Amino acid sequence: MQKLIDEAIKPYEGEKGSLIPILQSIQEKCGYISEDAFSVIAQRLKMSEHEIYGVATFYTQFRFTRPADHLIKVCLGTACHVKGNSLNLNNIVNMIGIKEGEVTSDYRLGLETVHCLGACALAPLATIDEEYYGNLSPRKLEKILSKYTKGKAGIKDEESKKKKD
Amino acid sequence: MKNPKRKKINSVSDLEELRDSIVQSMDTQKTVVRVCSTTGCRAGGAAKIIDTLGEEVAKQGLDDKVEIKKVGCRGFCEKGPLLVLGPKNIFYQKLKPADIPEMVSETLAKGVIVDRLLYEDPDTKEKINYESDIPFFKKQVRNVFGHTGKIDPTSIDDYIAVGGYSALCKALTSMSPEDIINTVSDSGLRGRGGGGFPAGTKWKFSQNVVSDTKYVIANGDEGDPGAFMDRSLMEGDPHSILEGMIIGAYAIGATEGYIYVRAEYPLAVKNLGIAIKKAEEYGFLGENIFGSGFNFNIKIKTGAGAFVCGEETALIGSIMGKRGTPVPRPPFPAISGVWGKPTIINNVKSWTNVVLIIKNGADWFKSLGTEKSKGTTIFSVVGMVKNTGLVEVPMGTTLRDIIFGCARGILDNKELKAVQIGGPAGGCIPKDLIDTPVDFDRLVELGAMMGSGGMVVMNEDTCMVDIARYFLSFTQSESCGKCSPCRIGTKVMLDILDRIRSGHGEEEDLDRLADLAATIRTGSLCGLGQLSPNPVLTTLRYFRSEYEAHIRDKSCPALVCTDLIKYVISEEKCVGCGICRKKCPVGAVSGKNKKIHVIDESICVKCGLCYTKCPSKIGAVDKVTGFRKGR
Repeated sequence: MQKLIDEAIKPYEGEKGSLIPILQSIQEKCGYISEDAFSVIAQRLKMSEHEIYGVATFYTQFRFTRPADHLIKVCLGTACHVKGNSLNLNNIVNMIGIKEGEVTSDYRLGLETVHCLGACALAPLATIDEEYYGNLSPRKLEKILSKYTKGKAGIKDEESKKKKD
Repeated sequence: MKNPKRKKINSVSDLEELRDSIVQSMDTQKTVVRVCSTTGCRAGGAAKIIDTLGEEVAKQGLDDKVEIKKVGCRGFCEKGPLLVLGPKNIFYQKLKPADIPEMVSETLAKGVIVDRLLYEDPDTKEKINYESDIPFFKKQVRNVFGHTGKIDPTSIDDYIAVGGYSALCKALTSMSPEDIINTVSDSGLRGRGGGGFPAGTKWKFSQNVVSDTKYVIANGDEGDPGAFMDRSLMEGDPHSILEGMIIGAYAIGATEGYIYVRAEYPLAVKNLGIAIKKAEEYGFLGENIFGSGFNFNIKIKTGAGAFVCGEETALIGSIMGKRGTPVPRPPFPAISGVWGKPTIINNVKSWTNVVLIIKNGADWFKSLGTEKSKGTTIFSVVGMVKNTGLVEVPMGTTLRDIIFGCARGILDNKELKAVQIGGPAGGCIPKDLIDTPVDFDRLVELGAMMGSGGMVVMNEDTCMVDIARYFLSFTQSESCGKCSPCRIGTKVMLDILDRIRSGHGEEEDLDRLADLAATIRTGSLCGLGQLSPNPVLTTLRYFRSEYEAHIRDKSCPALVCTDLIKYVISEEKCVGCGICRKKCPVGAVSGKNKKIHVIDESICVKCGLCYTKCPSKIGAVDKVTGFRKGR
């Protein structure tokens, strides 16, 4: 962890106003920003931890707990709202048993909502990791999620197991 | 591949020579297939289409006759993945990998058009061969999007071949900074970020300040839900943004530039990064650009997910690594911005417009538009229309032309109810006013604003109270918390709207909403707060009866607000298939196989699954008005 954080800070050394890119880089490398990371950044940038925490918590991009292997992002932008994506969100909640902002106990799936993914022409839509799923319907959702949910272990499932090993 | 170490472009003749050599090296005998490879089409699987196309062209031995170009967005994302083919732009849409072999063997090898891949007019069912004949494109004037969707955004040579960087060359070799600012002022260009402040005036402020360092920023923090034209431009034509910024920097004497892009737009960040690197290699960025002695560099800053950072003072805070909260103006950023230095911030579309103005002159730009709003504007038309996507039209085009012309009218031929323009700071315009020509000032008169250019079309199935609540909940959650009227006021307004939606509203609530709106408007520092009541105010102004129905009759006319509706199973239609019973997540549906089912209202959570799952040919589940006290 310490090494990854160092690597993240290095390219920005001596650059003014580099806190946000440093936080972004740490999150990219570590998946989230841990308590340890705050103290390391504070030492290196000669800032107080609370100042850094204040900046980090202002921006929704930053996470402070371990993320899931696969992140579902349900878009609740205007076009998706008008086309009923909150119904799809409810269905996902029912299917995987966690609420928005939560992670399943096995860290397999996480659920988040976002304000507009900028692909409004495909509304209603959601993404799982980097994959876009547009024109969602309850039926389509079921099919997509079955790849990820327990019991019906698909290819993705095997992958995540390998990653953990 | 070619020119690994390139000579820097130092003069007009260098650029012309380069352009000639690029154009000559292009094989005009080849049929060009332009495949959209940006976010919208990627979401539909464009990457596979491009791979399959490459393999198939090789397999059928057409390598030396066909050129596959990965281009930016053509705005018609709904029909993606899509491609246009050959000089006449044959338009193929909704492609699947399985369609490609036939397309290659028929169209590319024999020149025969594959009918089933063409766009079909939703009304006449007529198949249309060429892009320019499709109504969605026919009514558009694509100036800002002139190159987007035609050139490969990762190739600077492509951009130069279509005349790229010639405006920069003209500006740096034959115009003084004053000439440039006067031309931009004379053109009447108003900021494309939505506020509509005259760009030339802003630049003049900065130019007049003496400072060792000045900054130029392109605002690509497109946060408004429902708008994606900035993404499309950054992904599809990044060099035009750079070129505009360099011209602007030269005009005001800036040496540093930033492009602030939303973190949610990874492809935009990537394509802009490639563009900056290439522009540096060619000498359009860096030191002594075009031998003029002018130095300028650009860096990318990615946002971290805070809507308020689209506001210029908040954006500046974010660039400096702070919390993105707005600060009072004056001093305006044009005088004191990043690190206290003069800073010009313009939207990415404004920068592309600058290139067009310098290249074609102020008179050319002024020839389009209305008296006080010149040029074109871009809307992202989404929601309940037959064709959704990005449309660029001259300022002053009517909403009717956009909704019924480009977007082909309302989905399922339902009634148009309202159009929401300008994102969370905008407003809802009712259908009676759709013959209004839209420009900056007309929209403000109607209670909306140009804003981001998001245009959400709503039909009779949309509840206006719900939509007002939706936008307010967005601004509420994105309020940075600095000003109490915005932080607390929007929350109280939201609570009132929730009360109304749940059937517990009071008559006085409507006055309370108007009161709070006035306080928030006058008491907030930035546009996010000041304009946040707009969606509520416009729906109150044009759709008051709908609010009253929620309060007095406890009914939601559009059958959207879940507390005011219920689901019932029709005894005549139910065949007892049991699908609804099995799908109900809370066990509210009961009934034996092949017997009529019933919904227990006291258990039902109104998720609507029974309604959507009941096979459409049976259609036994109905949504009706129904308010239960004490829920």
